[in-house]
Amino acid sequence: MTTARASRGSAVVMTLYLLFLLVPIYWLVNMSLKTNAEITGTFSLWPQNPTLRNFRVILTDPSWYMGYINSLIYVVMNTVLSLAVALPAAYAFSRYRFLGDKHLFFWLLTNRMAPPAVFALPFFQLYSAVGLFDTHIAVALAHCLFNVPLAVWILEGFMSGVPREIDETAYIDGYSFPRFFTRIFMPLIASGIGVAAFFCFMFSWVELLLSRTLTSVNAKPIAATMTRTVSASGLDWGVLAAAGVLTILPGALVIWFVRNYIAKGFALGRV
Amino acid sequence: MAQITFDNLAHSYLPAPKADADWALKPMSLTWRDGGAYALLGSSGCGKTTLLNIISGLLHPSRGRVLFGDRNVTDLSTAERNIAQVFQFPVVYDTMSVRENLAFPLKNRGMPADQIAARVDAVARMIGMTDTLDRRARGLTADAKQKISLGRGMVRQDVNAILFDEPLTVIDPQMKWELRTQLKALHREFGHTMIYVTHDQTEALTFADEVVVMSEGRVVQAGTPQSLFDAPAHTFVGYFIGSPGMNLLDAEIQGTTARIAGTTIPLAAPYAPPKGRVQIGIRPDAVRPASEGLPFRLIRTEDVGHHRILRGEVAGAPFNLVVPEDQPIPAAFDRVALDPARIGVFVDDWRIEPLERAA
Amino acid sequence: MDKPVNNRAWFLVLPVLVLVAFSAVIPLMTVVNYSVQDTFGNNQFFWNGLGWFQEVLESDRIHAALGRQLLFSAIILAIEIPLGIFIALNMPKRGFWASLVLVLMALPLLIPWNVVGTIWQVFGRVDIGLLGHTLAALGIDYNYVNDPVDAWATIIVMDVWHWTSLVALLCYAGLQSIPDAYYQAARIDQASRWGVFRYIELPKMSGVLLIAVLLRFMDSFMIYTEPFVVTGGGPGNATTFLSIDLVKMAIGQFDLGPAAAFSLIYFLVILLISWVFYTVMTAQRDRT
Repeated sequence: MTTARASRGSAVVMTLYLLFLLVPIYWLVNMSLKTNAEITGTFSLWPQNPTLRNFRVILTDPSWYMGYINSLIYVVMNTVLSLAVALPAAYAFSRYRFLGDKHLFFWLLTNRMAPPAVFALPFFQLYSAVGLFDTHIAVALAHCLFNVPLAVWILEGFMSGVPREIDETAYIDGYSFPRFFTRIFMPLIASGIGVAAFFCFMFSWVELLLSRTLTSVNAKPIAATMTRTVSASGLDWGVLAAAGVLTILPGALVIWFVRNYIAKGFALGRV
Repeated sequence: MAQITFDNLAHSYLPAPKADADWALKPMSLTWRDGGAYALLGSSGCGKTTLLNIISGLLHPSRGRVLFGDRNVTDLSTAERNIAQVFQFPVVYDTMSVRENLAFPLKNRGMPADQIAARVDAVARMIGMTDTLDRRARGLTADAKQKISLGRGMVRQDVNAILFDEPLTVIDPQMKWELRTQLKALHREFGHTMIYVTHDQTEALTFADEVVVMSEGRVVQAGTPQSLFDAPAHTFVGYFIGSPGMNLLDAEIQGTTARIAGTTIPLAAPYAPPKGRVQIGIRPDAVRPASEGLPFRLIRTEDVGHHRILRGEVAGAPFNLVVPEDQPIPAAFDRVALDPARIGVFVDDWRIEPLERAA
Repeated sequence: MDKPVNNRAWFLVLPVLVLVAFSAVIPLMTVVNYSVQDTFGNNQFFWNGLGWFQEVLESDRIHAALGRQLLFSAIILAIEIPLGIFIALNMPKRGFWASLVLVLMALPLLIPWNVVGTIWQVFGRVDIGLLGHTLAALGIDYNYVNDPVDAWATIIVMDVWHWTSLVALLCYAGLQSIPDAYYQAARIDQASRWGVFRYIELPKMSGVLLIAVLLRFMDSFMIYTEPFVVTGGGPGNATTFLSIDLVKMAIGQFDLGPAAAFSLIYFLVILLISWVFYTVMTAQRDRT
C-alpha cells in the first residue's frame, strides 16, 4: 500500500527531525550530570560518574536560585499585566468600530517589529529616571512592548469567533458590562486567554537583552546570571549546563499543560 | 459503469464488536442495477455515511464484499474504483479557474487536450457555467462552487457510479429545487449509476428510482418511493416517510378484526394470531372524519394549502388526518373511519403480511 | 458582520495606550531626541540636525552589518520556510504521537535565547561538544571561533534548530483545518502527491505562511542574543549583525547620537520590508 510506505517515510522524517532537535538538548543534560574534570578530560556520550553536584550548587546558592525566582516574578507580572490591558482592548477591536481603530491596531502591531536593541538604552534611561531600575516591574513593563500587541492580536482573533448575539442577549438580560465580561465572556474565550498567556509567558521568559539591561542585582534574571558567571568564574561547565537545563524545565512544563491548545492557537493563524 | 452488489456487508468502528449496537452497519446484502438512481435515506447516525464511505473506498468493511459488476473492489483504493463523488459542502480547488477545476480529473488521467476541452465545454453547458469558465473558483458563491463539484463529478463519462453525500445542504431552497431537477435530467441523459445520500425525504423520493431507508445501522427497507409510502416494511419507514408520518396504534388482532382501546374495526384480510407488540399503521390520507369508528379527539387544524392536517389523538396516541381542500370537515365529530384496505399490521415494528397473500 | 460605531470603545483601549505609551512611545521619543542632537558627554546637548542620519547612512561599518543581516535573513527564510512546510506535512495528524511530537517540537521555542546560544556554543566546541568533536573525528576542519564560514554555518544551523518548529507548527495548524473531503476528492480525481500539495495544501496554508514569513523575517532581522553568546559577533566582524552592532555602539561606545539615528533607520527598514512582504504575499494570494 502506498499509504503505508508514505507513513513510514513520515516516521523517518520526523524521527530525524526530532533527533536534530533533541540531541543538542541531550548534550546539555549530559554535561550537567558530569563533573568538570570529566567534561574537559574525557569525551563520553553519557556521564561515566553521574553527579548531581552541579544542580546542588545552583539550588543552594542564593545568587543562582534567586535568578530563577526573579525571572519567574517578572514573567508572571508581565503575563498578568499584558492580559489585563489586552482583554478590554481586544474586546473593543473585535466588537466596535471607532475613530482610528484600524490605524491604532496596525500601530500596536508595529511595536512587535521593534528591535529590542533599539529600546535597550532608552529603557535604561527612562527607568533609571523614574527610579524603577533593577526592579521586577521594570522588566515586566519593558516586555509589554512586544507582549501587549501580541496578546491583543491573539485575543481579538478568539473574540471575533464568539457571536455578537451573546453580548446582546446578556445586556438584554440586564448584565452590566463588567459582570458580563467576567462572568460570561471570559469563560467563553478561556482557551484564547490560555493561548495568549502561553505566548506572553514564552516571549518574556526567553528574552535576555532588555531584562539584562534593566537589572543589576535585585531583579537579575537567571539568563543574565548565567552569562555573568561564565565570564567571572571561568569555565564551570557543569554548573552552566545545569543552569541551562533548569531554564528549560519551566517551558517544558508549560507546554505540557497547554499542548491541546497550542494547535488551536496556531490554527487562528495568530502568534 | 456497472451493477453494484453488496454481499453480506457489515462494518464496525470497534476492533472487536460484540453487542448489536457495536455495528455501525449491520449485515446487509443488496444489488443495485447499472444506471439506476438510488437514494440512501435516514436520520444522522443511521449508517448511511458509513455505507457511502465503504462504496467510495474510504472505509474497508469489517465483513463482506463490494462488487462493481463481477469485480470484487473491496480491497481497491478510491482511485482504482473509478467513481465520482460530490460532497456535503463544495470541494473545489480554490486557486484554479472553473475550467481548470472541471479539467482536473481528466488531465490527471492523461486525456488528450482537445478531448478535455470538448468534455469541459459540454459539462459547463450542463451545469450552466459557460460564462464563468475562466473565473477563479475562490470568489464564487456556495451555489456556484457546488455546481463545479457536481460538474467535476460528471466530467468523466466512464465512472462506475457517482456518489452524492447530502450535496444540497449548503444550497438556498429555490436553488435546491433547480439543482435537483438538473441532476434528474443529467441522470436521464447520461445514465450514470447515481447514489444519493440524504436525510431529506423529499430529496430522496423525488430523485431516486429506489430508496434505501436506513435506521440504526440497518437497512429497514429498499423499494420504490411508492412502495415505501404504501407498504412500509417497518414502523420507522412509516413515520419517517410522509408528512405527517403514518399513524401507529397499539392493537389486538383477531382474524379480520383489530381491537383498539375497546373499539373493534375491520381489516381487509385475515391475519394469523401474532406474538409480540402489535400495532396497526395507517396513512393520514386513508382516514376520514365519521360518526362511527375510533374515538378521536381533535387538538388543532393546520391548513397547508391544497389540504388540511387535523392533529389529534386516538386512545392517547397522536393521530393525524389529511383532508383534501375540497372535502368539507364536519363541524363536530368525535370518531374517525379507517380505510381497511390501507391498514398495515406491524409486529415488533416489522410489517406482517395477511394469511391469504402470504399463502 | 458590520460592527457598530462606538467611540466610547476608546475607553477600553485606553489602558493599552497608556502602557504602550510608557513602554514604546516615550523611549522612541528619547531615541528621536538623541538622533538630532550631539553632546560632549557632559549632559549638555545641542542641535545636530540630520547629521547623525547622514553619518549612519554613509557608514561602511553599518553598510556591512546591513549586508550581513540581509544575507542572514534571506538564508534563514530560504531554509526554514520550506523545511517547516516539509516537517508539517510529515507530522502525525492525531493521537498520542501527535501530542508528543507537538510538545517536543515546541521545546526549543521555550528555551531562553542565551541558553540556546550556550547549548550551541558548547555543542560546537571541538574539545567538549558532540558536534565539534564528531566533525573533528571525521577529519573535517571545523572551528567556529576562528573560521567565519564555520561561524556562519553554526549560527544558521542554530537558528534552524531554534525556529523551524515555529514555521512547522503554524503550517501544521493550517493543514489541520483542511476537511478530509478535500483529500478524498483529490483521490477520486487521481491527483498526484504534488497536485494535492500544490492545489489543496498550499492554498490552505497561505494565511499561516504569511504570518510565518513575517515573524521569521522580523525576528531573524532583530537577532541579537544567540549569535552574541556563540560568537560575540566574530571572528572579526563576520557575525556582527545589526542588533549586535547597535548595542556595541550604544552601550559599548556610548555613541548616543549615531546609535539613535541607526535605531530609527533600523526600525524603518524592518517596517518597510515587512510591509513589502505583506503586500506581495497578499497580492499573490488574491491573484491566485
